[in-house]
Amino acid sequence: MSARPALRHRLAERGVDRQLLLLLPAALFVVTLFIYPFLYGVGLSFQPTRGGMLGAYREFFTDAYLRDTILTTLRLSLPAALLNVLASVPIAYRMRGRFRGKRLVTTLLVVPITLGTVLTAQGLLNFLGPTGWFNRTLLSAGLVDAPVRLTNNFWGVFFSLVITGFPFAFLLVLSYLSGIDPSLERAAATLGAGRWQRFRRITLPLLAPGLATTFCLTFVLAFSVFPSAVLVGDPSGTTRVMSIAAYDAAYVRYDYPLASAVAVLMGLVELLVIAAVLGWRALLYTGTTAGGKG
Amino acid sequence: MTAAATRRPGTPAGRPGRFETLRLDGVSRSFGGHEALADLDLTIRRGEFIALLGPSGCGKSTALNCLAGLLPLTRGSIWQDEARLDVLPPERRGFGMVFQNYALFPHLSVRRNIAFGLQMRKVPRAELRRRVDEALRLVHLQEQAGKLPGQLSGGQQQRVAIARAVVLEPSLVLMDEPLSNLDAKLRLEMRTEIRRLHQSLGLTTVYVTHDQEEALSLADRLVVLRAGRVQQIGPPEQLHAEPANWHVADFMGYRNLLPLTAGPRRGAGIVVEIEGHELVGTPVGDPAPGSAVMAAVRPEDLIIGPGLPATVEVVEYQGREVAVEARTAGGIALSLLSADRPAVGDRIAVTVEPRRLLVFPS
Repeated sequence: MSARPALRHRLAERGVDRQLLLLLPAALFVVTLFIYPFLYGVGLSFQPTRGGMLGAYREFFTDAYLRDTILTTLRLSLPAALLNVLASVPIAYRMRGRFRGKRLVTTLLVVPITLGTVLTAQGLLNFLGPTGWFNRTLLSAGLVDAPVRLTNNFWGVFFSLVITGFPFAFLLVLSYLSGIDPSLERAAATLGAGRWQRFRRITLPLLAPGLATTFCLTFVLAFSVFPSAVLVGDPSGTTRVMSIAAYDAAYVRYDYPLASAVAVLMGLVELLVIAAVLGWRALLYTGTTAGGKG
Repeated sequence: MTAAATRRPGTPAGRPGRFETLRLDGVSRSFGGHEALADLDLTIRRGEFIALLGPSGCGKSTALNCLAGLLPLTRGSIWQDEARLDVLPPERRGFGMVFQNYALFPHLSVRRNIAFGLQMRKVPRAELRRRVDEALRLVHLQEQAGKLPGQLSGGQQQRVAIARAVVLEPSLVLMDEPLSNLDAKLRLEMRTEIRRLHQSLGLTTVYVTHDQEEALSLADRLVVLRAGRVQQIGPPEQLHAEPANWHVADFMGYRNLLPLTAGPRRGAGIVVEIEGHELVGTPVGDPAPGSAVMAAVRPEDLIIGPGLPATVEVVEYQGREVAVEARTAGGIALSLLSADRPAVGDRIAVTVEPRRLLVFPS
């Protein structure tokens, strides 16, 4: 009779690593600090003071002032995320190789990450505000008669989202691009492909999955915009985004169920957009970006 | 609208023109003050197989990239018959290139990898299909046509890379150490395959390698490079028998390189003294008597017989014969081949025929 193999071997045969048990304390932490409050919030959204279980949701969708925040948020975050990704591609494409001053340029492009939203808003107000340098220059040059309104409206928030979101998108796209074997484009060149063809037929298809991921991440960043929508936006009008509606419900009207419902809807809208993008990504080639054996 | 009308001006159409000669005129390339390739003069005739041979860092890959247009020249020019070529970007030169890592497009099937260059040249669909099929048959990859490069073995990837380059019927095929990633058996097979394709398709090929055996067996002419400079250009037989200097000799299998002092001339030969024993060699490049010289001899030309005494240190079995490493009393290491199998520690004496001992100025 042979003895039963050790527990470790039996687990290993089923692809279970016993050391994974070490993750348990961390998992417990996540459950108490994230999953419990999340489920509590979801539960809360179904217990409004009036209107039955779906009362808070019904209120959200019947009140145009609340309902429209979905569109307002999407109108800001989708173009901002798209612009961040699209602007990153040509810049990162130019910066793949080695050149003098690359570190300086990269630093300049990435610095806004360290600024934070509030400092960016302050800068935007100083620079683009009605009495900011930009408008003063335009006025003194006689190009406009009245200051151009670029803050405390849609554009203020949009600029803020681009400034803070671009570095993320750029760094991600740059790392995806540098993962593509440079000899592929050289090979395409020797096969007769010009600059544009090389980009369109070789680099872009290999980069596209990375662009989808980058878009998702910058979209999520832009979607939960709150500080800049208040500081450089028009928080009761054109930039009344979902997070402001949630804040209003919770801390102005003390209607926690409604605030929870807004939060849940925020998550759902984000999920829908991300699912659509990742669904498109799944149609693309997502394998290796190396040209053969190294 | 016809295909011809939609073709953009300046795009090479169909098959690029063949040349009679391709002339490299003082081609040089520096990287930050360091001259990686200096004054390469070479005329390639149509149908030739040229091997650029040298150790790593000798400038052979630099030369190939300059030819392909992937690296701009620092000095010099390249002429295809009477047309100047070095001012054209790579996509306008009409050369095929096989990269060391193959550089297959990972997101395209084997068929579409091979078709890529033809599509860039706007070859009509029916002809494109026919030529890709033909190329697939040529490299025996019909079964793999629909697969992605990642699903192929190293040897198959290599064949796709070759098919992709030759399907364009390029006026020149450039190969950058194409066999260096393959195992020994496959390397021999592909070597024959490359020579067969070169002959049957009437290609002109420039082939970069650091493997002298590969270069000798494949090429019509070899260009030996060292530290960016040409050491010798010639057919394999010439380089094998008459290396121009001891660096080339080193590369051509003269494993015994002995730093000695030149003695007097004796007839056509030259006397060198090694630990009190006189050997007669053949002078190459006029070494002056009394000057420092490098005496070069192949292991197979060192024979056991009355002459220089040495002690056997290592014996390696190599099939038909054994390789012997021996050391003289003065500490000079010698490599030789022997039909008999001496034992380690045996005292032997070696000698060499005068015409097999080349004496170069060092």
